Amino acid sequence: MNRLRRFFLAPAAALLAVTLAAPLAIVCAYSLMTRGAYGGVERPFTFENYTRFWDPLYGAIVWRSCWIAAAATVLCLVLAFPLALFIARSGARKNLYLSLVILPFWTSFLIRTYAWMFLLRDTGLINTLLQELGAIHDPLPLLYNNGAVILGLVYGFLPFMVLPLYATLERMDPSLAEASADLGARPFQTLWRVTLPLCAPGLRAGSILVFVPCLGTYLTSDLLGGSKTILIGNLVQNQFTSARDWPFGAAASLVLMAVAMGLLLAARRQGEQML
Amino acid sequence: MRRGGLAVYAVGVYAFLHVPLLILAVFSFNASKFTVWQGFSLHWYAALAQDRDLIEAAGNSLIIAIVATALATVCGTLAAYALWKRASGWISGGLYLSLVTPEIVTGVSLLAFFQWAFRFLNLRLGMHTVILAHVGFSLAYVVVVVLARLRSFDRGLEEAAMDLGATEFTAFRTVTVPYLAPAIAAAAMLAFTVSIDDYVITSLVAGVDSQTLPMAIYALARRGVSPMLNAVSTVIVAGLGALVLVSERLRAR
Repeated sequence: MNRLRRFFLAPAAALLAVTLAAPLAIVCAYSLMTRGAYGGVERPFTFENYTRFWDPLYGAIVWRSCWIAAAATVLCLVLAFPLALFIARSGARKNLYLSLVILPFWTSFLIRTYAWMFLLRDTGLINTLLQELGAIHDPLPLLYNNGAVILGLVYGFLPFMVLPLYATLERMDPSLAEASADLGARPFQTLWRVTLPLCAPGLRAGSILVFVPCLGTYLTSDLLGGSKTILIGNLVQNQFTSARDWPFGAAASLVLMAVAMGLLLAARRQGEQML
Repeated sequence: MRRGGLAVYAVGVYAFLHVPLLILAVFSFNASKFTVWQGFSLHWYAALAQDRDLIEAAGNSLIIAIVATALATVCGTLAAYALWKRASGWISGGLYLSLVTPEIVTGVSLLAFFQWAFRFLNLRLGMHTVILAHVGFSLAYVVVVVLARLRSFDRGLEEAAMDLGATEFTAFRTVTVPYLAPAIAAAAMLAFTVSIDDYVITSLVAGVDSQTLPMAIYALARRGVSPMLNAVSTVIVAGLGALVLVSERLRAR
Protein backbone atom coordinates (compact mmCIF):
# COMPACT_ATOMS: atom_id res chain seq x y z
CA MET A 1 0.00 0.00 0.00
CA ASN A 2 2.63 2.48 1.03
CA ARG A 3 4.95 1.48 -1.78
CA LEU A 4 2.31 2.21 -4.39
CA ARG A 5 1.49 5.53 -2.78
CA ARG A 6 5.11 6.60 -2.70
CA PHE A 7 5.54 5.53 -6.30
CA PHE A 8 2.45 7.56 -7.30
CA LEU A 9 3.56 10.65 -5.42
CA ALA A 10 7.13 10.63 -6.73
CA PRO A 11 6.58 12.29 -10.16
CA ALA A 12 4.60 15.18 -8.67
CA ALA A 13 7.14 15.60 -5.89
CA ALA A 14 9.97 15.68 -8.41
CA LEU A 15 8.09 18.20 -10.55
CA LEU A 16 7.44 20.46 -7.57
CA ALA A 17 11.09 20.23 -6.58
CA VAL A 18 12.31 21.22 -10.05
CA THR A 19 9.66 23.78 -11.07
CA LEU A 20 8.87 25.34 -7.69
CA ALA A 21 11.22 24.64 -4.79
CA ALA A 22 14.54 24.93 -6.59
CA PRO A 23 13.57 28.05 -8.60
CA LEU A 24 12.30 29.80 -5.47
CA ALA A 25 15.45 28.82 -3.57
CA ILE A 26 17.56 30.32 -6.36
CA VAL A 27 15.51 33.52 -6.31
CA CYS A 28 15.89 33.76 -2.52
CA ALA A 29 19.65 33.37 -2.86
CA TYR A 30 19.91 35.86 -5.74
CA SER A 31 17.88 38.45 -3.87
CA LEU A 32 20.67 38.62 -1.29
CA MET A 33 23.49 38.96 -3.80
CA THR A 34 25.05 41.77 -5.80
CA ARG A 35 24.47 42.50 -9.47
CA GLY A 36 27.39 41.38 -11.60
CA ALA A 37 29.19 43.53 -14.14
CA TYR A 38 27.63 41.67 -17.09
CA GLY A 39 24.21 41.15 -15.64
CA GLY A 40 24.88 38.01 -13.60
CA VAL A 41 24.99 37.75 -9.84
CA GLU A 42 28.04 38.04 -7.61
CA ARG A 43 29.01 38.06 -4.01
CA PRO A 44 29.12 39.81 -1.50
CA PHE A 45 25.82 39.05 0.15
CA THR A 46 23.77 42.13 0.92
CA PHE A 47 20.33 43.34 2.01
CA GLU A 48 20.59 46.30 -0.30
CA ASN A 49 18.12 44.88 -2.84
CA TYR A 50 15.41 45.00 -0.20
CA THR A 51 16.32 48.39 1.27
CA ARG A 52 16.02 49.87 -2.23
CA PHE A 53 12.26 49.64 -1.80
CA TRP A 54 12.45 52.64 0.51
CA ASP A 55 13.54 54.67 -2.51
CA PRO A 56 10.51 56.83 -3.41
CA LEU A 57 10.81 55.71 -7.05
CA TYR A 58 10.11 52.08 -6.15
CA GLY A 59 7.83 52.99 -3.27
CA ALA A 60 5.64 54.72 -5.84
CA ILE A 61 5.48 51.54 -7.92
CA VAL A 62 4.44 49.46 -4.90
CA TRP A 63 1.85 52.06 -3.92
CA ARG A 64 0.45 52.26 -7.46
CA SER A 65 0.19 48.47 -7.66
CA CYS A 66 -1.73 48.41 -4.38
CA TRP A 67 -4.22 51.14 -5.20
CA ILE A 68 -4.87 49.89 -8.73
CA ALA A 69 -5.50 46.37 -7.41
CA ALA A 70 -7.76 47.82 -4.69
CA ALA A 71 -9.72 49.92 -7.20
CA ALA A 72 -10.19 46.90 -9.47
CA THR A 73 -11.37 44.82 -6.50
CA VAL A 74 -13.93 47.43 -5.42
CA LEU A 75 -15.24 47.79 -8.98
CA CYS A 76 -15.50 44.01 -9.32
CA LEU A 77 -17.48 43.96 -6.09
CA VAL A 78 -19.86 46.64 -7.32
CA LEU A 79 -20.43 44.80 -10.61
CA ALA A 80 -20.49 41.29 -9.16
CA PHE A 81 -22.80 41.62 -6.16
CA PRO A 82 -26.01 42.49 -8.01
CA LEU A 83 -25.14 39.95 -10.69
CA ALA A 84 -24.60 37.20 -8.11
CA LEU A 85 -27.89 38.17 -6.46
CA PHE A 86 -29.62 38.01 -9.83
CA ILE A 87 -28.20 34.55 -10.60
CA ALA A 88 -28.99 33.18 -7.15
CA ARG A 89 -32.62 34.26 -7.52
CA SER A 90 -33.17 33.10 -11.08
CA GLY A 91 -34.41 29.59 -10.36
CA ALA A 92 -34.18 27.09 -13.18
CA ARG A 93 -32.00 29.27 -15.41
CA LYS A 94 -29.28 29.47 -12.74
CA ASN A 95 -26.87 27.15 -14.52
CA LEU A 96 -27.17 28.96 -17.82
CA TYR A 97 -26.53 32.35 -16.22
CA LEU A 98 -23.64 30.93 -14.24
CA SER A 99 -21.97 29.43 -17.30
CA LEU A 100 -22.26 32.80 -19.04
CA VAL A 101 -20.05 34.15 -16.25
CA ILE A 102 -17.59 31.26 -16.44
CA LEU A 103 -17.39 31.24 -20.24
CA PRO A 104 -14.74 33.98 -20.48
CA PHE A 105 -12.52 31.82 -18.22
CA TRP A 106 -12.14 29.46 -21.15
CA THR A 107 -11.10 32.11 -23.62
CA SER A 108 -7.58 33.41 -23.73
CA PHE A 109 -6.69 36.12 -21.22
CA LEU A 110 -4.30 37.65 -23.75
CA ILE A 111 -7.05 37.90 -26.35
CA ARG A 112 -9.47 39.44 -23.88
CA THR A 113 -6.85 42.06 -23.09
CA TYR A 114 -6.25 42.67 -26.78
CA ALA A 115 -10.00 43.17 -27.26
CA TRP A 116 -9.75 46.27 -25.06
CA MET A 117 -6.76 47.56 -27.00
CA PHE A 118 -8.88 47.23 -30.10
CA LEU A 119 -11.71 49.23 -28.50
CA LEU A 120 -9.72 51.88 -26.67
CA ARG A 121 -6.80 52.95 -28.81
CA ASP A 122 -6.62 56.24 -30.71
CA THR A 123 -7.80 54.63 -33.93
CA GLY A 124 -9.91 52.09 -32.03
CA LEU A 125 -13.61 51.49 -32.30
CA ILE A 126 -14.78 53.92 -29.61
CA ASN A 127 -12.71 56.85 -30.87
CA THR A 128 -13.58 56.12 -34.50
CA LEU A 129 -17.29 55.96 -33.69
CA LEU A 130 -17.19 59.19 -31.70
CA GLN A 131 -15.32 60.92 -34.51
CA GLU A 132 -17.77 59.64 -37.12
CA LEU A 133 -20.61 60.97 -35.03
CA GLY A 134 -18.82 64.29 -34.76
CA ALA A 135 -18.80 64.18 -30.99
CA ILE A 136 -15.07 64.69 -30.80
CA HIS A 137 -12.41 65.99 -33.14
CA ASP A 138 -9.22 64.55 -31.72
CA PRO A 139 -9.21 61.01 -30.33
CA LEU A 140 -9.63 60.68 -26.58
CA PRO A 141 -6.60 59.21 -24.78
CA LEU A 142 -8.43 56.09 -23.60
CA LEU A 143 -5.57 53.62 -23.72
CA TYR A 144 -2.23 53.63 -21.88
CA ASN A 145 -3.32 55.02 -18.53
CA ASN A 146 -4.24 53.76 -15.07
CA GLY A 147 -7.94 53.71 -15.94
CA ALA A 148 -7.40 51.35 -18.87
CA VAL A 149 -5.40 49.00 -16.63
CA ILE A 150 -8.15 48.98 -13.99
CA LEU A 151 -10.74 48.30 -16.68
CA GLY A 152 -8.68 45.41 -18.05
CA LEU A 153 -8.26 43.92 -14.59
CA VAL A 154 -11.96 44.16 -13.79
CA TYR A 155 -12.75 42.53 -17.12
CA GLY A 156 -10.24 39.75 -16.51
CA PHE A 157 -11.04 38.91 -12.91
CA LEU A 158 -14.75 39.63 -12.53
CA PRO A 159 -15.70 35.91 -12.55
CA PHE A 160 -13.45 35.34 -9.51
CA MET A 161 -15.69 37.74 -7.59
CA VAL A 162 -19.03 36.51 -8.92
CA LEU A 163 -18.48 32.83 -8.11
CA PRO A 164 -17.78 33.02 -4.34
CA LEU A 165 -20.52 35.64 -3.91
CA TYR A 166 -22.96 33.43 -5.74
CA ALA A 167 -21.91 30.43 -3.63
CA THR A 168 -22.70 32.23 -0.36
CA LEU A 169 -25.93 33.77 -1.63
CA GLU A 170 -27.05 30.39 -2.87
CA ARG A 171 -26.52 28.77 0.53
CA MET A 172 -28.30 31.58 2.36
CA ASP A 173 -31.60 30.73 4.02
CA PRO A 174 -34.28 32.75 2.17
CA SER A 175 -36.46 32.83 5.27
CA LEU A 176 -34.01 35.26 6.86
CA ALA A 177 -34.73 37.90 4.23
CA GLU A 178 -38.45 37.11 4.47
CA ALA A 179 -38.33 37.54 8.23
CA SER A 180 -36.67 40.89 7.78
CA ALA A 181 -39.40 41.96 5.35
CA ASP A 182 -42.12 40.67 7.69
CA LEU A 183 -40.66 42.77 10.47
CA GLY A 184 -41.12 45.85 8.30
CA ALA A 185 -37.75 46.33 6.61
CA ARG A 186 -37.82 47.90 3.17
CA PRO A 187 -36.10 45.80 0.44
CA PHE A 188 -33.02 48.00 0.51
CA GLN A 189 -32.79 47.76 4.30
CA THR A 190 -33.00 43.98 4.09
CA LEU A 191 -30.27 43.96 1.46
CA TRP A 192 -28.01 46.27 3.46
CA ARG A 193 -28.55 44.88 6.93
CA VAL A 194 -29.32 41.18 6.37
CA THR A 195 -28.16 39.90 2.98
CA LEU A 196 -24.89 41.81 2.74
CA PRO A 197 -23.59 40.93 6.25
CA LEU A 198 -24.47 37.27 5.65
CA CYS A 199 -22.41 37.44 2.45
CA ALA A 200 -19.26 38.45 4.34
CA PRO A 201 -17.39 35.15 3.75
CA GLY A 202 -18.05 35.30 0.01
CA LEU A 203 -17.13 38.98 -0.08
CA ARG A 204 -13.83 38.27 1.63
CA ALA A 205 -12.99 35.26 -0.51
CA GLY A 206 -13.87 37.08 -3.73
CA SER A 207 -11.95 40.20 -2.77
CA ILE A 208 -8.80 38.21 -2.10
CA LEU A 209 -9.20 36.10 -5.23
CA VAL A 210 -9.34 39.35 -7.23
CA PHE A 211 -6.88 41.49 -5.29
CA VAL A 212 -3.99 39.00 -5.21
CA PRO A 213 -3.73 38.34 -8.97
CA CYS A 214 -4.35 42.04 -9.71
CA LEU A 215 -1.46 42.98 -7.43
CA GLY A 216 0.87 40.65 -9.31
CA THR A 217 -0.44 41.45 -12.78
CA TYR A 218 2.03 41.92 -15.56
CA LEU A 219 0.27 41.43 -18.87
CA THR A 220 -2.65 43.82 -18.33
CA SER A 221 -0.49 46.71 -17.18
CA ASP A 222 2.03 46.01 -19.92
CA LEU A 223 -0.50 46.04 -22.77
CA LEU A 224 -3.09 48.54 -21.51
CA GLY A 225 -0.89 50.76 -19.33
CA GLY A 226 2.00 51.22 -21.69
CA SER A 227 5.17 52.64 -20.23
CA LYS A 228 3.34 54.99 -17.87
CA THR A 229 1.74 52.41 -15.61
CA ILE A 230 4.64 50.39 -14.22
CA LEU A 231 3.45 47.93 -11.56
CA ILE A 232 5.43 45.49 -9.41
CA GLY A 233 4.98 42.74 -12.02
CA ASN A 234 6.43 44.96 -14.73
CA LEU A 235 9.28 45.97 -12.44
CA VAL A 236 10.14 42.30 -11.88
CA GLN A 237 9.97 41.47 -15.57
CA ASN A 238 12.07 44.49 -16.49
CA GLN A 239 14.82 43.65 -14.01
CA PHE A 240 15.09 40.15 -15.41
CA THR A 241 15.09 41.23 -19.06
CA SER A 242 16.22 44.65 -20.23
CA ALA A 243 17.59 46.09 -16.98
CA ARG A 244 19.44 42.85 -16.21
CA ASP A 245 19.50 43.49 -12.47
CA TRP A 246 18.56 40.00 -11.33
CA PRO A 247 19.20 40.48 -7.60
CA PHE A 248 16.84 43.44 -7.42
CA GLY A 249 14.27 41.64 -9.59
CA ALA A 250 14.52 38.63 -7.28
CA ALA A 251 13.96 40.83 -4.22
CA ALA A 252 10.95 42.46 -5.91
CA SER A 253 9.47 39.02 -6.73
CA LEU A 254 9.82 37.92 -3.14
CA VAL A 255 8.23 41.13 -1.81
CA LEU A 256 5.30 40.56 -4.20
CA MET A 257 5.03 36.93 -3.19
CA ALA A 258 5.20 37.74 0.53
CA VAL A 259 2.31 40.20 0.22
CA ALA A 260 0.22 37.70 -1.78
CA MET A 261 0.94 34.84 0.62
CA GLY A 262 0.32 37.02 3.66
CA LEU A 263 -3.13 37.99 2.41
CA LEU A 264 -4.06 34.42 1.49
CA LEU A 265 -2.89 33.02 4.82
CA ALA A 266 -4.75 35.73 6.72
CA ALA A 267 -7.89 34.79 4.83
CA ARG A 268 -7.36 31.10 5.52
CA ARG A 269 -6.93 31.72 9.19
CA GLN A 270 -10.34 33.31 9.19
CA GLY A 271 -11.70 29.99 8.10
CA GLU A 272 -12.01 30.55 4.36
CA GLN A 273 -11.44 27.37 2.44
CA MET A 274 -10.70 28.53 -1.05
CA LEU A 275 -8.87 25.47 -2.22
CA MET B 1 -39.77 46.28 -9.82
CA ARG B 2 -36.59 45.35 -7.94
CA ARG B 3 -36.35 42.11 -9.85
CA GLY B 4 -36.53 44.13 -13.07
CA GLY B 5 -33.81 46.50 -11.90
CA LEU B 6 -31.55 43.58 -11.08
CA ALA B 7 -32.18 42.02 -14.47
CA VAL B 8 -31.26 45.25 -16.29
CA TYR B 9 -28.09 45.45 -14.24
CA ALA B 10 -27.27 41.81 -15.00
CA VAL B 11 -27.76 42.36 -18.72
CA GLY B 12 -25.34 45.28 -18.49
CA VAL B 13 -22.68 43.18 -16.75
CA TYR B 14 -23.12 40.33 -19.24
CA ALA B 15 -22.74 42.81 -22.07
CA PHE B 16 -19.54 44.09 -20.47
CA LEU B 17 -18.24 40.50 -20.28
CA HIS B 18 -19.12 39.40 -23.79
CA VAL B 19 -19.55 42.34 -26.16
CA PRO B 20 -15.84 43.24 -26.47
CA LEU B 21 -15.01 39.76 -27.77
CA LEU B 22 -18.01 39.78 -30.11
CA ILE B 23 -16.93 43.11 -31.58
CA LEU B 24 -13.41 41.76 -31.97
CA ALA B 25 -14.77 38.78 -33.90
CA VAL B 26 -17.09 40.92 -36.07
CA PHE B 27 -14.22 43.17 -37.18
CA SER B 28 -12.13 40.16 -38.20
CA PHE B 29 -14.53 39.97 -41.17
CA ASN B 30 -14.08 43.61 -42.09
CA ALA B 31 -12.87 44.36 -45.60
CA SER B 32 -11.03 47.47 -44.44
CA LYS B 33 -7.79 47.66 -42.55
CA PHE B 34 -9.24 50.43 -40.41
CA THR B 35 -11.86 50.27 -37.70
CA VAL B 36 -14.62 51.37 -40.05
CA TRP B 37 -16.97 48.73 -41.42
CA GLN B 38 -16.56 48.42 -45.18
CA GLY B 39 -18.20 45.14 -45.92
CA PHE B 40 -17.74 41.44 -45.31
CA SER B 41 -14.49 39.80 -46.30
CA LEU B 42 -12.45 36.73 -45.47
CA HIS B 43 -9.33 38.58 -46.50
CA TRP B 44 -7.74 38.48 -43.03
CA TYR B 45 -8.31 34.78 -42.66
CA ALA B 46 -6.59 34.23 -46.00
CA ALA B 47 -3.70 36.38 -44.79
CA LEU B 48 -3.59 34.28 -41.64
CA ALA B 49 -3.28 31.08 -43.62
CA GLN B 50 -0.30 32.59 -45.45
CA ASP B 51 1.56 33.75 -42.37
CA ARG B 52 4.37 31.26 -41.77
CA ASP B 53 5.43 32.69 -38.39
CA LEU B 54 1.95 32.48 -36.96
CA ILE B 55 1.43 28.95 -38.25
CA GLU B 56 4.74 27.79 -36.86
CA ALA B 57 3.94 29.43 -33.52
CA ALA B 58 0.54 27.72 -33.49
CA GLY B 59 2.25 24.38 -34.18
CA ASN B 60 4.66 24.94 -31.31
CA SER B 61 1.82 25.89 -29.01
CA LEU B 62 -0.09 22.74 -29.87
CA ILE B 63 2.91 20.46 -29.35
CA ILE B 64 3.72 22.12 -26.02
CA ALA B 65 0.12 22.04 -24.82
CA ILE B 66 -0.44 18.40 -25.80
CA VAL B 67 2.79 17.09 -24.27
CA ALA B 68 2.45 19.23 -21.14
CA THR B 69 -1.21 18.25 -20.71
CA ALA B 70 -0.44 14.55 -21.02
CA LEU B 71 2.38 14.69 -18.49
CA ALA B 72 0.54 16.95 -16.04
CA THR B 73 -2.62 14.83 -16.24
CA VAL B 74 -0.79 11.57 -15.51
CA CYS B 75 1.42 12.98 -12.72
CA GLY B 76 -1.44 15.00 -11.24
CA THR B 77 -3.91 12.12 -11.23
CA LEU B 78 -1.42 9.77 -9.56
CA ALA B 79 -0.56 12.45 -7.00
CA ALA B 80 -4.22 13.17 -6.27
CA TYR B 81 -4.84 9.48 -5.67
CA ALA B 82 -1.82 9.22 -3.37
CA LEU B 83 -2.90 12.34 -1.46
CA TRP B 84 -6.41 10.93 -1.11
CA LYS B 85 -4.97 7.74 0.42
CA ARG B 86 -3.01 9.73 2.92
CA ALA B 87 -2.44 13.49 3.11
CA SER B 88 1.02 14.95 2.72
CA GLY B 89 1.55 18.44 4.09
CA TRP B 90 4.62 19.05 1.96
CA ILE B 91 3.07 18.11 -1.35
CA SER B 92 -0.25 19.87 -0.66
CA GLY B 93 1.61 22.96 0.53
CA GLY B 94 3.75 22.94 -2.59
CA LEU B 95 0.72 22.60 -4.86
CA TYR B 96 -1.05 25.42 -3.04
CA LEU B 97 2.05 27.60 -3.34
CA SER B 98 2.28 26.91 -7.07
CA LEU B 99 -1.38 27.93 -7.51
CA VAL B 100 -1.02 31.24 -5.69
CA THR B 101 2.43 32.32 -6.87
CA PRO B 102 2.00 35.27 -9.24
CA GLU B 103 2.75 34.17 -12.82
CA ILE B 104 5.53 36.68 -13.27
CA VAL B 105 7.31 35.34 -10.17
CA THR B 106 6.98 31.76 -11.42
CA GLY B 107 8.38 32.89 -14.76
CA VAL B 108 11.44 34.74 -13.52
CA SER B 109 12.28 32.10 -10.91
CA LEU B 110 12.15 29.36 -13.56
CA LEU B 111 14.31 31.49 -15.82
CA ALA B 112 16.87 32.03 -13.05
CA PHE B 113 16.83 28.33 -12.19
CA PHE B 114 17.24 27.16 -15.79
CA GLN B 115 20.08 29.58 -16.41
CA TRP B 116 21.78 28.41 -13.25
CA ALA B 117 21.30 24.71 -14.05
CA PHE B 118 22.52 25.16 -17.62
CA ARG B 119 25.91 26.16 -16.30
CA PHE B 120 26.36 22.51 -15.42
CA LEU B 121 24.43 21.00 -18.31
CA ASN B 122 24.97 21.48 -21.98
CA LEU B 123 21.44 22.73 -22.65
CA ARG B 124 19.69 25.91 -23.74
CA LEU B 125 16.23 27.39 -23.39
CA GLY B 126 13.79 25.84 -25.86
CA MET B 127 10.69 23.73 -26.22
CA HIS B 128 11.76 21.42 -23.39
CA THR B 129 12.04 24.24 -20.85
CA VAL B 130 8.64 25.58 -21.91
CA ILE B 131 7.10 22.12 -21.57
CA LEU B 132 8.66 21.60 -18.14
CA ALA B 133 7.37 24.97 -16.98
CA HIS B 134 3.87 24.22 -18.30
CA VAL B 135 3.74 20.80 -16.63
CA GLY B 136 4.83 22.51 -13.41
CA PHE B 137 2.13 25.16 -13.34
CA SER B 138 -0.73 22.98 -14.60
CA LEU B 139 -0.02 20.11 -12.18
CA ALA B 140 -1.84 21.78 -9.27
CA TYR B 141 -4.97 22.37 -11.39
CA VAL B 142 -5.12 18.66 -12.26
CA VAL B 143 -4.68 17.59 -8.62
CA VAL B 144 -7.43 19.97 -7.41
CA VAL B 145 -9.95 18.73 -9.99
CA VAL B 146 -9.22 15.01 -9.56
CA LEU B 147 -9.08 15.23 -5.76
CA ALA B 148 -12.53 16.84 -5.75
CA ARG B 149 -13.96 13.78 -7.51
CA LEU B 150 -12.09 11.34 -5.26
CA ARG B 151 -13.81 12.86 -2.23
CA SER B 152 -17.05 11.21 -3.37
CA PHE B 153 -15.39 7.86 -4.14
CA ASP B 154 -16.34 4.93 -1.94
CA ARG B 155 -13.20 3.28 -0.53
CA GLY B 156 -15.16 0.06 -0.20
CA LEU B 157 -15.18 -0.45 -3.98
CA GLU B 158 -11.41 -0.80 -4.13
CA GLU B 159 -11.42 -3.04 -1.07
CA ALA B 160 -14.04 -5.26 -2.69
CA ALA B 161 -11.87 -5.59 -5.80
CA MET B 162 -8.90 -6.56 -3.67
CA ASP B 163 -10.98 -9.05 -1.67
CA LEU B 164 -11.84 -10.64 -5.00
CA GLY B 165 -8.16 -11.08 -5.71
CA ALA B 166 -7.11 -7.94 -7.55
CA THR B 167 -3.74 -6.48 -6.67
CA GLU B 168 -3.67 -2.94 -5.41
CA PHE B 169 -2.58 -1.61 -8.77
CA THR B 170 -5.19 -3.63 -10.68
CA ALA B 171 -7.88 -2.29 -8.36
CA PHE B 172 -6.67 1.24 -9.05
CA ARG B 173 -6.57 0.66 -12.80
CA THR B 174 -9.86 -1.16 -13.23
CA VAL B 175 -12.04 0.38 -10.51
CA THR B 176 -10.74 3.79 -9.49
CA VAL B 177 -9.54 5.17 -12.83
CA PRO B 178 -12.84 4.48 -14.64
CA TYR B 179 -14.70 6.20 -11.82
CA LEU B 180 -12.35 9.19 -12.10
CA ALA B 181 -12.50 9.37 -15.91
CA PRO B 182 -14.80 12.43 -16.16
CA ALA B 183 -12.67 14.35 -13.66
CA ILE B 184 -9.47 13.33 -15.43
CA ALA B 185 -10.92 14.57 -18.72
CA ALA B 186 -11.99 17.85 -17.12
CA ALA B 187 -8.56 18.24 -15.55
CA ALA B 188 -6.86 17.63 -18.89
CA MET B 189 -9.11 20.24 -20.51
CA LEU B 190 -8.16 22.76 -17.85
CA ALA B 191 -4.45 21.94 -18.17
CA PHE B 192 -4.68 22.27 -21.95
CA THR B 193 -6.38 25.66 -21.84
CA VAL B 194 -4.00 27.15 -19.26
CA SER B 195 -1.06 25.82 -21.26
CA ILE B 196 -2.15 27.02 -24.69
CA ASP B 197 -3.06 30.44 -23.29
CA ASP B 198 0.03 31.19 -21.22
CA TYR B 199 2.14 34.13 -22.25
CA VAL B 200 3.89 35.46 -19.14
CA ILE B 201 5.79 32.34 -18.03
CA THR B 202 6.32 31.03 -21.56
CA SER B 203 7.89 34.23 -22.87
CA LEU B 204 10.49 34.10 -20.09
CA VAL B 205 11.54 30.47 -20.50
CA ALA B 206 11.22 30.14 -24.30
CA GLY B 207 14.25 29.97 -26.52
CA VAL B 208 14.72 31.35 -30.02
CA ASP B 209 13.18 28.28 -31.64
CA SER B 210 10.14 27.98 -29.40
CA GLN B 211 7.95 31.00 -30.12
CA THR B 212 4.37 30.14 -29.14
CA LEU B 213 1.07 31.50 -30.44
CA PRO B 214 0.48 33.81 -27.44
CA MET B 215 4.02 35.17 -27.92
CA ALA B 216 3.30 35.87 -31.59
CA ILE B 217 -0.02 37.50 -30.69
CA TYR B 218 1.64 39.61 -28.04
CA ALA B 219 4.30 40.79 -30.50
CA LEU B 220 1.60 41.74 -33.04
CA ALA B 221 -0.47 43.50 -30.37
CA ARG B 222 2.52 45.55 -29.24
CA ARG B 223 3.13 46.66 -32.82
CA GLY B 224 -0.42 47.90 -33.16
CA VAL B 225 -3.85 46.59 -33.93
CA SER B 226 -4.22 44.59 -37.12
CA PRO B 227 -7.36 42.88 -38.39
CA MET B 228 -5.29 39.74 -38.80
CA LEU B 229 -4.94 39.71 -35.04
CA ASN B 230 -8.73 39.84 -34.77
CA ALA B 231 -8.90 36.87 -37.12
CA VAL B 232 -6.40 34.78 -35.17
CA SER B 233 -8.18 35.69 -31.91
CA THR B 234 -11.50 34.61 -33.37
CA VAL B 235 -10.02 31.28 -34.47
CA ILE B 236 -8.59 30.65 -30.99
CA VAL B 237 -11.76 31.64 -29.13
CA ALA B 238 -13.87 29.51 -31.48
CA GLY B 239 -11.45 26.59 -31.15
CA LEU B 240 -11.40 26.71 -27.36
CA GLY B 241 -15.18 27.16 -27.33
CA ALA B 242 -15.63 24.06 -29.48
CA LEU B 243 -13.31 22.13 -27.18
CA VAL B 244 -15.34 23.14 -24.12
CA LEU B 245 -18.60 22.18 -25.85
CA VAL B 246 -17.27 18.78 -26.92
CA SER B 247 -15.95 18.01 -23.45
CA GLU B 248 -19.26 19.07 -21.87
CA ARG B 249 -21.08 16.73 -24.25
CA LEU B 250 -18.74 13.88 -23.37
CA ARG B 251 -19.23 14.54 -19.69
CA ALA B 252 -23.01 14.66 -20.02
CA ARG B 253 -23.07 11.19 -21.61
